[in-house]
This record gives sequence, structure tokens and C-alpha cells, in this order.
Amino acid sequence: MARSAGVSYETLPDAGGHFGEFGGKFVPETLMAALEELEQAFEDSKTDADFQRELDDLSRHYAGRPTPLYHARNLSREIGGAQIYLKREDLAHTGAHKINNALGQGLLAQRMGKRRIIAETGAGQHGVAAATVCAMLGMECIVYMGEEDMRRQAPNVFRMKLLGATIVSVASGSRTLKDAINEAIRDWVTNVATTHYLLGSAVGPHPYPLLVRDFQSVIGREARGQMLEQTGRLPDYAIACVGGGSNAIGLFSAFIDDRYVKLIGVEAGGLGLSGGRHAASLVAGSVGVLHGAKSFVLQDEAGLINETHSISAGLDYPGVGPEHSYLKASGRASYVAVEDDRAVDAFQLLCRTEGIIPALEPSHALAYVADLAPTLPSGTTLLVNLSGRGDKDVETVAKALEAKASVRTDAR
Amino acid sequence: MKTRIDDSFAMLEARGRTGLIAYLTVGFPDVETTLRLAPAIVEAGVDMIELGVPYSDPLADGVTIQRSSQVALRNGVTLQTCLEVCGTLRKQLPLVPLLLMGYYNPILAYGIDAFAREAVARGADGVIVPDLPPEEAAPLVGASRASGLETIFLIAPTSTDRRMEAVCRVASGFVYCVSVAGTTGAREQLPPDLAIFLDRVRRHTSLPLAVGFGVSDAAHVREIGRRAEAAIFASALIDAIAKGSSGDHVERASRFVAELARGADNRVRSR
Repeated sequence: MARSAGVSYETLPDAGGHFGEFGGKFVPETLMAALEELEQAFEDSKTDADFQRELDDLSRHYAGRPTPLYHARNLSREIGGAQIYLKREDLAHTGAHKINNALGQGLLAQRMGKRRIIAETGAGQHGVAAATVCAMLGMECIVYMGEEDMRRQAPNVFRMKLLGATIVSVASGSRTLKDAINEAIRDWVTNVATTHYLLGSAVGPHPYPLLVRDFQSVIGREARGQMLEQTGRLPDYAIACVGGGSNAIGLFSAFIDDRYVKLIGVEAGGLGLSGGRHAASLVAGSVGVLHGAKSFVLQDEAGLINETHSISAGLDYPGVGPEHSYLKASGRASYVAVEDDRAVDAFQLLCRTEGIIPALEPSHALAYVADLAPTLPSGTTLLVNLSGRGDKDVETVAKALEAKASVRTDAR
Repeated sequence: MKTRIDDSFAMLEARGRTGLIAYLTVGFPDVETTLRLAPAIVEAGVDMIELGVPYSDPLADGVTIQRSSQVALRNGVTLQTCLEVCGTLRKQLPLVPLLLMGYYNPILAYGIDAFAREAVARGADGVIVPDLPPEEAAPLVGASRASGLETIFLIAPTSTDRRMEAVCRVASGFVYCVSVAGTTGAREQLPPDLAIFLDRVRRHTSLPLAVGFGVSDAAHVREIGRRAEAAIFASALIDAIAKGSSGDHVERASRFVAELARGADNRVRSR
């Protein structure tokens, strides 16, 4: 396999959690010792055969790994051009890739002797995964969720309650993921001795971006092997949606040193980049510090964090994982934005052509693919991470379609 | 060179008093009131003032300062406004240490070197950034040393001895000892193991120690005075400003400080 010369991405982050100028630890002193403890536990776990065996065992028999790689022939035919392969994380237990990280961190918390788990959630997929793992491991679970997200992802709120979690509604700020993380961090500062913060994306202070990437890298490892098995070679493109960026970094991590595999992250363009009602931190943001890491951030000139918008709660976040900022700055990956209505179109397209209901988050990646594939020869292969299933989103999509229909009626 | 902070602690030592450091969110309830509050609370017994820079995502703060920050942001207050307020107050309060306290991102957006220069030009004596541990502080510490701005760091009860040492290496002015693991906010009682914590910090530094988070009344100040040089109070003062039953904002703040200051006299040390 042709490996790149020069910088190897495998050595990042450095000991302080930096990916080039990005990453680091920008948190209150009260949390620093806990981050060091977590870092140590994570390092120790990597060489602990029992830990690795348990994680592997649960990944297979509990979470349903490996997830399939599916050649979406109907979708490829409908769009024309390149061949599309879907990594079916929607088929993992709880319906999204979030379970990979929740299992890993749940076992780490157990190792550290912390029985109280807190988590934040946007779309509810990470909250459900955290609640699931806590139910299975017998731990207390508290999930912080923005009021606005609780409204638009109501089915997941009920799922978390069924799984025994306590849901804390967050009414501050934009009442979405950003504010849920603020509240989770405040809880952690207060209860740090007994509590593990099970952060759900590749964001936050070191070591979170590193450990979330490592627990999600199973997506990329599997997909790489499956592409080789099914097509005899690596994909030409690996494409994933990016909110905080955990599913994308999990996919990309296996291909980063394969320089000819193009890596593309798709952010939420919301109602369009020009109006400011979007969540495209990498495409339209600037360098800043949010939630403990230096990264691309949506902010104003005074350094205040902007409120964001996306039809997809899981992408509705003004920051992004620091490793994505590094991949953008170094040119190894490129990032684009897709607007709400195009994500809804792609959502319907996959339902219709393949009988798969995707979550709105990966529907953004599918929408980009629908534009990209026709421009490429039919021998080209696109690997797309289908990071979650869309049952949670059917009501949101129904409303979006109703709104669109009424606009059409008005226009007549 | 002696700084205003050094002079203030020397004066307190000579008078046998516990220092009182008050936090005001700049622009709460509005900028004009902040400008009247500062001299009034100095008159009532405050020795140093932290000028709080409001931020959209104050993750180390409890409900009180979250709310005061939101009000200030709605009033359009930015880091630039805070620097201007600092400059105005410096003219009225030539000897009182003025400390800018705020989260890192607005400083980063302003430009670290420009911030340090401008802060000193406006008469600020120090800067406190609650989400900037020593590991990430080299740029701000460098710029502050070059401009003559003190860098005040926080130490928490959860800090290991190794971390206390690292914090004290970059700290100047005084060390901000966080009384309890948690966010800012008024509390009924100080934690029972405060003395043990402060003794641990003392082993790592010769700088004065100031204790904050939860400080709400004269008894707290008296207790802190036994082991530390100053008490820092924020949320309790903001609460008093926000919702007292009588008088205007400034009168309520002055009354609250005068009451707290009863715990600052005749400092009894137990070492």
C-alpha cells in the first residue's frame, strides 16, 4: 500500500492533545486532574488485553459489529456516474455509530471506578447510546439535552427514559447541543470525583478527541477491509457528515495515510451560508476556543459564539473536532456544506431507491454524493458513512415536506 | 517593581485586614451602573475589583453569573467595552487594583498581544482567565509579562501537587484558590476541608492567596482570613445588586459590601 511521505497523521495528537495548532485543553483547573486521570486510564486500556477483549466481545455480540458495507446499486443507477457504497452504521445497536464510543467510554468509566455517567445529546442518538450502555453496565445515567432538541427529537427522549436515564432539559442559550455541553461540563466540574463525562463527539478537551476517534476508528477499519473484499481496491472517496465529527473521523482515520483516497466532510448548510443560519464551522467559521479545544468555530468579531441552525439536531453545533480543523488546514480533507432542503431530498431519495430510511445527519452526506457522483466515471467508488437510521426524523421530515407543499400551493 | 496589587496586599498586611476582592459583570445591569457601582463598593470596603467580561458560554459559572452575563451581552458589552470601562474607572480609582476576568475566546479574538497592551494602557493590573490552564497559557503569559500585566491563575481542590506547582510557576499577583469543586455561585457554607487545601497551596508559592467561589457573608470572610490573604466574592454581590428589596443597585451593593467587610477587620491568623 502506498503510504505518504512526510508528516504521518498517526503520531497526532501530541502529548498535550494538539493537532498542529488545534486541540489542547482549555478548561477550568478543577477538571484538569480528571482529564489526566482519563488520559491515563485510556492509555492503560490500550495495552490491557482483558479490556480489549471485553470491548471487542460487546462490539460483536451486543452492538452487532461488524456492520455491513452495502453497494447501493439502485441509488447509484438513479444518480448516475460513480458507484456508491454505504457503511451501514444505521444497523448498529441503537441505530447509529454512537454506540461504538459509548461502549468504549462506559468500560473506561467502569475501570476508573466511576458509577455516575453524564452525557450531552443533540439528536438524541448519543444520549440513547449512553443510556443503553449504562443500563447494560448498571450505571447511573444523566443526559443533558437542549429544550429545542427535546421537542424535535421526542422519540429519542422517550427511548432514553425507557432505558433508565434521567433527562435534564437545558433552557439556556440556543437550547441545543452547544448549551447541553455547557451544562454537562458544569455538572462535571461539580461532581468530578464520582462522575465520568461520556462526551459523544470528537470535540472537547484532550483526551476526548483522541479517545472518541479511537473508539470510532472501527468504522474505518471495517469499511477499508470490506471495500477491498468487495471491490478489490480502496475507495476513491470517503464521505461523511460532520457535526462534531465523530463518525467522519472514525471513517477517515483508516484512510488518512492513503493519500489518493479523497476525504470529504459534509457540514450543515442550514438555510444557506449567506444568512448566517447554518452550522458549517469548517466551511464558514474561524479559529477559536469552544468547549475546551482550539478549532474552527462559528463566532462573531468579539469572540462570542454564534447560535446555529440545522434541520438536523446532530449537526446543529457551532464547533467541530480539532482533528478536522487540522485535516482542513493541512489540506488532507476537504469540507463542504449542504442545505436543509437538499438533505431532505436525499433522505427521500434513499428511502425510495434502497428501502433505507437514513438519519437527517448522513442525509447531508448523501445530498453531496448526489451532486458529486454524476460528475465522475462509473468505475469510481464512493464510500459513504450512513451514520444512523432515520426513524427519529420522520416527523421533522413530514413537517418540512408539508411546509414545502404549502409554499408551492401559495405560489400557484 | 511594585505593582498596585503588591501595594494593596502590603497595606492589608500592615492593617491586619483580610482583602476583599469583588467581581462585577461589566454592563450588568448596564454600563452606566457598573461605572457607579465600582467606586461605591470601594468606598464600602472593597480592596480590588474584578471586571467580569461577559461571554456567551460561561461554562465555569453558575446561574447568577450566567444571567448577569446574558444581560450584559444584550446591552452590547464586548471585551472592548470592558477595556473602556477599565480606563474610565482607573481615572476615578487611581490606587485600586483592577483585574479583567473573562473566558479565553474573546481575548483570542481580540488578539493576545493587542489585548495585553490595551489592558495595561487602560490601567488594568491583572488578568484572570478561568478556562486557561498553565499548559495553554504561554502566549498570554508571554504577552502579559511584556506589557506588565499580572497573570492570576486558579487552583482547585482537585489540583494535584504536581499541578499546583505548574500553576504557581506561571502565576503572578496572587493565587486564586477555588474553594470547592463546582461552578461559581453563592453557598451557605465553605467546605470543611478548606484549611487543608489552603495549606497545600501555600507550600507551592510565596504569593498571597485569595479564596473565591461560594463566598457570601462576613463569617465566610472571617474564616478565609485565618488562612488566606483575601476573599473573592461574585455571585452573592450580583444577587444583592439584582434583587435587593430596597434602595437602588448601588445602595444595595454598598450595604452588602459593608456587611461583608465586618468579617475583614482584625484578621486572626491560624498557621
